[in-house]
Amino acid sequence: MTVPASINRTRPLDRARALSGFKFGDRAFYWMTRISALAVLCILGGIIISLIMGAWPAIKTFGLDFLVTRRWAPQLSPSPVLGALGPIYGTIVTSLIAMLIAVPVGIGIAIFLTEFCPPVIRRPVGVAIELLAGIPSIIYGMWGFFVLAPFMTDHVMPTVIATFQHVPVLNVIFAGPPSYLSLFNASLVLAIMILPFITAISRDVFQTVPPMLKESAYGLGCTTWEVVKNVVIPFTRAGVIGGIMLALGRALGETMAVTFIIGNSFQISGSIFAPGTTISAAIASEFAEADGVHMSALILLGLLLFVLTFIVLAAARLMLARLQEKQGK
Amino acid sequence: MNALYSARARKDKIIRVLCYGAAAFGLTWLALILFTLFSKGFAGLSLDVFTQMTPPPGSKTGGLANAIMGSVMMTVIGVGIGTPIGLFAGTYLAEYGRHEKLSFYVRFINDILLSAPSIVIGLFVYGAVVVPMGGFSGFAGSIALAVIVIPVVVRTTEDMLLLVPNQLREAASALGLPRSLVIRRIAYKAARTGLITGILLATARVAGETAPLLFTALSNQFWNANLMKTMANLPVTINNFVQSPYEYWRQLAWTGALLITLAVLVLNIIARLLGAERKPK
Repeated sequence: MTVPASINRTRPLDRARALSGFKFGDRAFYWMTRISALAVLCILGGIIISLIMGAWPAIKTFGLDFLVTRRWAPQLSPSPVLGALGPIYGTIVTSLIAMLIAVPVGIGIAIFLTEFCPPVIRRPVGVAIELLAGIPSIIYGMWGFFVLAPFMTDHVMPTVIATFQHVPVLNVIFAGPPSYLSLFNASLVLAIMILPFITAISRDVFQTVPPMLKESAYGLGCTTWEVVKNVVIPFTRAGVIGGIMLALGRALGETMAVTFIIGNSFQISGSIFAPGTTISAAIASEFAEADGVHMSALILLGLLLFVLTFIVLAAARLMLARLQEKQGK
Repeated sequence: MNALYSARARKDKIIRVLCYGAAAFGLTWLALILFTLFSKGFAGLSLDVFTQMTPPPGSKTGGLANAIMGSVMMTVIGVGIGTPIGLFAGTYLAEYGRHEKLSFYVRFINDILLSAPSIVIGLFVYGAVVVPMGGFSGFAGSIALAVIVIPVVVRTTEDMLLLVPNQLREAASALGLPRSLVIRRIAYKAARTGLITGILLATARVAGETAPLLFTALSNQFWNANLMKTMANLPVTINNFVQSPYEYWRQLAWTGALLITLAVLVLNIIARLLGAERKPK
């Protein structure tokens, strides 16, 4: 550490100058950090204001009808008809299917890692999962497009369609024809993408259980599953749910993993094997060519997505914060 | 009694099998992705990738040189803009306003921005930078990346500074050091590897971001170091090439994807090693 030279001299004048220099530096640094902290709030404000301003023409033109209109016809003259129902439906359906697949599997892997796994491979598998959680989503997207979608469409979908052909309700959900671009393929890629994320969070949360609690349960003669069911999961419930909601927030807003294989079709079809679109995919594929009210409608879609994810993420954070509070006590 | 025992044991066994199954199922997918990525990516790797420009439609030669350069430039500038803001904001949360109401809000909003959809950040920068500046530019892309960097750095900075023992700060204060010097000379120094880890993780996070660049930096066919113009970058180039009908373009897309993944993995691994080095002390 270097001490400013002036401080070593003992003459009172220099000392006063050095101290006032410190005082100034102190205040300057304080305000620099405080302004940066405020900048974080400003970013959020900026996002909201800029989206509302961009979406304003669309809000004025369509009003609340935007939320319930199924039709998406930007080229229609004289005035285009644009409704968000298709993308909203697609966003919710793909996220739900992805969560249905990824949550049980992810939690299963986390339980495997914390309870069943031989210690030798625990660390490598854990590290591998964490590294996979960091891979950019476009990689998952292009793999889905080139590898997964053709495979599912050629080998899995026809079987499923044939199996449920005569079962009521299911024959609508799994109706043909098989399509490379479909809600189901997109959901599957999404599930694979959030899987490492859910696994990593659940594992971290499971590890917060005090070993003493688990050992007491084992001491009473519980099986591993009984320990997990009666000790680990109740103890970490808020954390697991918070983690799941964080993953849901991710799935709702994910763009690149779904854009290639969802088909960008604004039709709402009961079948999950049919093409569809999500809010983010619609923005990604149409924004560059859009103008006027079409562009504004896309920004409005973005605003809806932001509000939706904001609610989910806020709920998730509150839950995780509650868990931390519990630990603190 | 025996029936009860065997029922419990059976249930335990079933769950055990299910968990092993889940692990096998999940890890298989992930292994398949990496396998495809590496086999297809390495197949197209050659010197041309680093020296030639992105090819025009139909061409059978070309590389990713301009896209690699654009990606590196925008990432460096984005991290360069985002890091100081994130660092200072994290410092405020950990040092000055640890228990303030303001910090509570900043922390909460920061956590939300941390996982906000990146395409929304692209829309925000489009409205806030691209429209006022009159066109797509590498600069706008850098700003979009900076907006993503800030929350990551804020989070890690705060966490790392909180790990610094208070006795260090108290000792420095007792010597008469003003607060700002205690933070800069003592707390930063003690938390240095942690802070670097955070910056590396933030870099890894933005290196592969595609959605926010789609309508901020756009893309470009040529070598361009001018930040005020559209700028080629790897993620958007991959995005365009994947959806193209040309075999050569698709091959380049895989190679580009491999490069991004390797960069992200290397950054993550370095960050991890730094983190591990710190722990035993």
